[in-house]
Amino acid sequence: MDEFTSEQFGADSSADQAASLTIEQAIANLQGDDWGQRYYAAWWLGRFRVRTPEAVEALIASLTDEADRTPDGGYPLRRNAARALGKLNDRRAVPALIQCLDCSDFYVREAAAQSLGSLGDRAAAEPLLQLLAGGVEAAQPIPGCPHLAQPYDAVIEALGALGATAAVPHLQPFLEHPTAIVQYATARALYQLTGEAQYGERLVTALSGSTLQLRRAALADLGAIGYLPAAEAIAETLAENSLKLISLKGLLEHQVNQTPSSEVSAEAIRVMSLMDSLL
Amino acid sequence: MSNAALAQSLIRAVNEAASAASLLEAVQQLAAAQLEETIPTLIATLSYNNPGAAVAAVDGLVAIGKPAVQPLLDLLDSHNYTARAWAIRALAGIGDSRGLDELLDAAQNDFALSVRRAAARGLGTLHWYELASDRVQAAQVAALTALLKVCQDPEWVVRYAAITGLQALASAASTLQPNLVLDIQHHLKQFAETETDLTVRTRICWAQQQLRAPSTSSPSLVYATDIGIGLELDWQRTVDNLYQRKFEERSHTLPEGDPRRYKKLVEVLQTH
Repeated sequence: MDEFTSEQFGADSSADQAASLTIEQAIANLQGDDWGQRYYAAWWLGRFRVRTPEAVEALIASLTDEADRTPDGGYPLRRNAARALGKLNDRRAVPALIQCLDCSDFYVREAAAQSLGSLGDRAAAEPLLQLLAGGVEAAQPIPGCPHLAQPYDAVIEALGALGATAAVPHLQPFLEHPTAIVQYATARALYQLTGEAQYGERLVTALSGSTLQLRRAALADLGAIGYLPAAEAIAETLAENSLKLISLKGLLEHQVNQTPSSEVSAEAIRVMSLMDSLL
Repeated sequence: MSNAALAQSLIRAVNEAASAASLLEAVQQLAAAQLEETIPTLIATLSYNNPGAAVAAVDGLVAIGKPAVQPLLDLLDSHNYTARAWAIRALAGIGDSRGLDELLDAAQNDFALSVRRAAARGLGTLHWYELASDRVQAAQVAALTALLKVCQDPEWVVRYAAITGLQALASAASTLQPNLVLDIQHHLKQFAETETDLTVRTRICWAQQQLRAPSTSSPSLVYATDIGIGLELDWQRTVDNLYQRKFEERSHTLPEGDPRRYKKLVEVLQTH
């Protein structure tokens, strides 16, 4: 999601490179005493995809950090380390991230679920599914709390990304969850797990959602599943062109990966024509 | 309602909008009217911190086209960064050749990717025919040089836009500078080998495919100058056949407006 939101108004993430570190410095900072620098180094290693064994090991070690705590008991460094590990494509992080699913900090659990989804190791499916225990009844909004009991949307998305077909009956009730974002995540996962158009169409309907935030979420979800019939609806959604382009990129790449050929297919041309019109 | 009265009432709605949502709606209506009188208001909207309204205003300014160019260029002198970014996008969309220098600069140097993206696209689709003929070649070479640099941009979507710019530039340059087209094809081939982003790579393939295919848009002047008289003869024969066919059809007493007439005309055109 971070690439998605950093572009919201066309801000440029490459400007981040101005505050550059060297890899050695970043790893040293991550293990140093300055909390601010540790936090930044964890983010930096993920942002610039530093895949060296030293970086991955230092980040894994940060997942059990006890020093950096917020007043209400959160673990900021763990959150950033968990997010970074999701970008480094090194499955050695999987056991430690699974441990993080039990962390007392909601945002650590959320980051771990997202990263387990992107690392693609099915060993994570069962522990992720356990976070859905109690079903929709246990997942109701908590008055006065800014988040649900579990990071349901992240967990459900991860199960979809991992191809955890055994989760389908557990996911279906979440289509009726009171939170739109959780409904979308569920439609997205169920589409990935079943390939049924009804779930893609739910997300197409969501493109005309009442708030910009909901429409952005639907754009991201359709891009993630590469649901080709949504192409025109995506192009016409009331949202920033940057986000529509990223969404269509998801459709295009899904299409190209599914049917590799030396010539550009008619479907791919259809998507690119829409993309051209949004530049 | 006269245009002036309509413009006044639409402008008033924008000025009196009390919320972001009502401003957006008012600007959308103002933009849809496509009236020159609304240019100053549309341009003022670019300075508000309302991206939805700014997008609508850019669309409106692009639709109005030429009359909006000078006011937009004036706005670029201001120090309002957000307004500048939107103005570049509008200039890129309009394609007026007076925006060339601004687009060259913005495509390569602007810090916002949405502006680099729009400028790169605009560099390809500029209205070259507006330039004096002795300036076109240099301007197209400048655009090509800039676009080749933009193809190294760190953001995939800016590189994507640069590829569309190169493709459009190649189509436009084919009349005056066939060599430029060969250069572009050569660079596209190189980019296809080094590009890491799948979307951009696919766009390069599509650009190559389209540049390889014979032009279907208008009969190219390259052929007219290179092949010269041969082409003229072809056209002469086509027109002759056309009249011949029309004559035959008339003598077969097909009723006026009969679709078969049209069908045969198409056949005749397609065989030539």
